[in-house]
Amino acid sequence: MSRPGVAFGVFRHVVLLAGAAVMLAPFVWMVATSFKPPHEIFAGELTLLPRQWHAVENYGQAFTKVPMLRYLANGVFVTAAIFALQILVAVPCAYALAKLEFRGRETIFTLTLFGLLIPAHVPAIPLYVMLWKAGLLNTYAALVIPFVISVFGIFLMRQFFKSIPDELIHAARLDGLSEFAIVWRIMVPAAMPALVSFGIFSVVAHWNDYFWPLLVINSRELAPPPLGVAYFRNEEAGHDFGPLMAGAVIVTAPLVVAFLLAQRRFIEGMTMTGLKS
Amino acid sequence: MAEALAPGRLLDTAQRRRRRAETWAAWGLAGPATFLLFLLLLGPTVAVVVLSATDWQLGAKTLRFVGLGNYAELFADRVFRQSLGNTLLYVAITVPASVGLGLGAAMLIEARTSLQAFYRTVYFLPVTATLIAMAVVWEFLFHPNVGLVNLLLALVGIAGTHWLNNPATALYALCAIGIWQSLGFTTVLFLAGLKSVPHDLYDAAAVDGADTAWERFRRVTWPMLGPTLMFVLVIMGIRSFQVFDTVAVLTAGGPAKSTEVLLYTMYTESFHYFRTGYGSAITVVFLLFVLTLTLIQVRFLDRRVHYA
Repeated sequence: MSRPGVAFGVFRHVVLLAGAAVMLAPFVWMVATSFKPPHEIFAGELTLLPRQWHAVENYGQAFTKVPMLRYLANGVFVTAAIFALQILVAVPCAYALAKLEFRGRETIFTLTLFGLLIPAHVPAIPLYVMLWKAGLLNTYAALVIPFVISVFGIFLMRQFFKSIPDELIHAARLDGLSEFAIVWRIMVPAAMPALVSFGIFSVVAHWNDYFWPLLVINSRELAPPPLGVAYFRNEEAGHDFGPLMAGAVIVTAPLVVAFLLAQRRFIEGMTMTGLKS
Repeated sequence: MAEALAPGRLLDTAQRRRRRAETWAAWGLAGPATFLLFLLLLGPTVAVVVLSATDWQLGAKTLRFVGLGNYAELFADRVFRQSLGNTLLYVAITVPASVGLGLGAAMLIEARTSLQAFYRTVYFLPVTATLIAMAVVWEFLFHPNVGLVNLLLALVGIAGTHWLNNPATALYALCAIGIWQSLGFTTVLFLAGLKSVPHDLYDAAAVDGADTAWERFRRVTWPMLGPTLMFVLVIMGIRSFQVFDTVAVLTAGGPAKSTEVLLYTMYTESFHYFRTGYGSAITVVFLLFVLTLTLIQVRFLDRRVHYA
């Protein structure tokens, strides 16, 4: 390789590594701080490893000072419930829009596209009022109900179903399967890749959501992880960063680890959602 | 098959019956979603627009239609004007920075093969991390005395400030977090865009005398990336308009309203002061901005659906 080629190669790594250092710094500092005792944190030294390990104390406090396990369990339950219901609602609709001829199809599809234009914050006030009238504020239902409909899910699954050959459906009909059975026994297994992408999109969005839980939840027992971290921060900030950083590690770890294990799928799932973000 | 042998009229009835059955099945499948679409998304969106024309306060027994009164009050309100200005400034900084840096990073990553996957992973990492948790980490990084940012600045002899508590710097600190969080997103979108540029175009440009990297960029990459660039700009614009989490947790709109942004103002007016009508009007203003950006995108989407 020519000399300018080598020079460029070096330049490329220098710039990209500098960028990588900035991107990673918050993660590295978060983990490093979660291992340190308070006096080392407040000494303001630029050291990564603690002289005196305080990991057990910090992580212990993150689990005992606040109901961290409860937050995580809430997060798992709410994201799972949302995703399950989204599939239950969106997949049959997507199949009908993709494969069935009926009056009203174009209208429903157009309405779905309208829905794609509306950011999640817009219906918040009326949804809040509805849940308040129904006496559902500060319940799991309040966290789940608004997201049961996913226009993005309908759109994505419809696009995918359109690519599945009609012969598969005709054959299933000749076998005597009902349309309902075709959806769940033929289409869903065939659409697994799209469902996985949609699942990643949905779980990431709702695990990380702060806006909606902040509106409808005011008890610790029901808080999902981001709300829990915010509570923790309000009690701890300025006093002791060790347990707080440990809490941040615990809350970010599940998705970060999942991302590292399945990067390509994650990037697919999260970027095709450019459509709806 | 039996249908094909049947006489014409019989076929008609059979076909009609089949079609009717299909319509019933279709509505059975699409009905619940359509109902919920109205109940949870389209209906509430219309309701917000209607509420924005009233003086309703959450829990009040009565309400009065005030027409555009809320909007008149909004634009006369100094806090709202500042909130709108801050949001636009946040967008005007975050979008070009994350798009420009993302494009640069993507081009550098794509230029050679070594460590490609590593860089892509590292740059994308903040996109997956829970923003609220990372915001708390950033608050610590920005800590005036023991934060990493000021410790590093001290190494090169610069005196830092209390970034999040200083009205002159707080919004920029939030912009930095926003850029950090979305850079990987734009990088990955540009990587996909760059991959779709046909390689022979570079060869052709070389034949035409484009022998410097800049010439190749100017003649091939830039024009070919046009649609991707447009798409990424709009997506980032929409994302940035929705800035809320970092403000709500780190600054609560302060100090001195210097980080008051649209969604945060909407949140406090609607859910702290329960001025539902007024908060709805802010929501509508927010929606109009996002819709404008989205419509630009939809126009381009017609020409080229972009999945990364």
